[in-house]
Amino acid sequence: MRRTFVILALLTLALLTYALYQGMVVAPTEQTMGEVQRIFYYHVPSAVTAFTLFLINFAVSIVYLVGRSQRADALAVSTAEVGVVFCTVVLVTGPLWARPVWGIWWTWDARLTSTLLLWLIYVSYLILRRYSTSGQTPVIAAVLAVFGFLDVPFVYLANRLFRTQHPQPVYFGGPGSGADPRMTYALLMNMAAFFAFAALVVWLRFRLERARQDFEETQALEALLQPDARSPR
Amino acid sequence: MKFLYAAYAATWVIHITYLAFLGRRYRRLRDEMQEFRKK
Repeated sequence: MRRTFVILALLTLALLTYALYQGMVVAPTEQTMGEVQRIFYYHVPSAVTAFTLFLINFAVSIVYLVGRSQRADALAVSTAEVGVVFCTVVLVTGPLWARPVWGIWWTWDARLTSTLLLWLIYVSYLILRRYSTSGQTPVIAAVLAVFGFLDVPFVYLANRLFRTQHPQPVYFGGPGSGADPRMTYALLMNMAAFFAFAALVVWLRFRLERARQDFEETQALEALLQPDARSPR
Repeated sequence: MKFLYAAYAATWVIHITYLAFLGRRYRRLRDEMQEFRKK
């Protein structure tokens, strides 16, 4: 298992390096924004990865609510946590791109506000899981995850439905949308690299959660088997 | 260019910080398990 992980980690590192080279060197410089537009190659893949992780979180939360599977619960918390990390990257790289291009760090338009709301929903989910002592915490968290995911399609559609400071979609935005093929290739490579990296981190987090679940189960069993824990006759 | 470098650096600072945090949690759980086995 450890050997497989090391091999996959090295392959991911190679892909990340190759994708970085594509984004920083091979992709042409955008005409209006200049070099700063290259933030696109980290900003967009981070957003797509976060949305994908929240989608998995949504699906496994439903699986948990239906069957109370511990594995589904472990995968739910893992994808939510790693999704929040990627969403944080989006919220940090966005203003760093906005400042030189728009002249402002932030504006309360539909796309930016809904993304911040999405981050807050999943941070609330993680705080609930971390600090609630109720035995029903995984159930409450799963319900929150199912409803929280409703914000993801809204974030995606925000700049299609409303007039926003955030640019209109580069891809799937109707006639005239799209980019230079070298830019598209660099974007796809970065997306693949970020997906691979996210999968590895989720794997690590999932193993940790499973180990914690097993340990808690062992502790509970041990406590039940203690002589003084038996109920008096 | 400084904004571009800042964005790329911030991305990896966030990911590496999270990985370090994950590593700390692994170590803490391992210590708790060892402590429990000793009892």
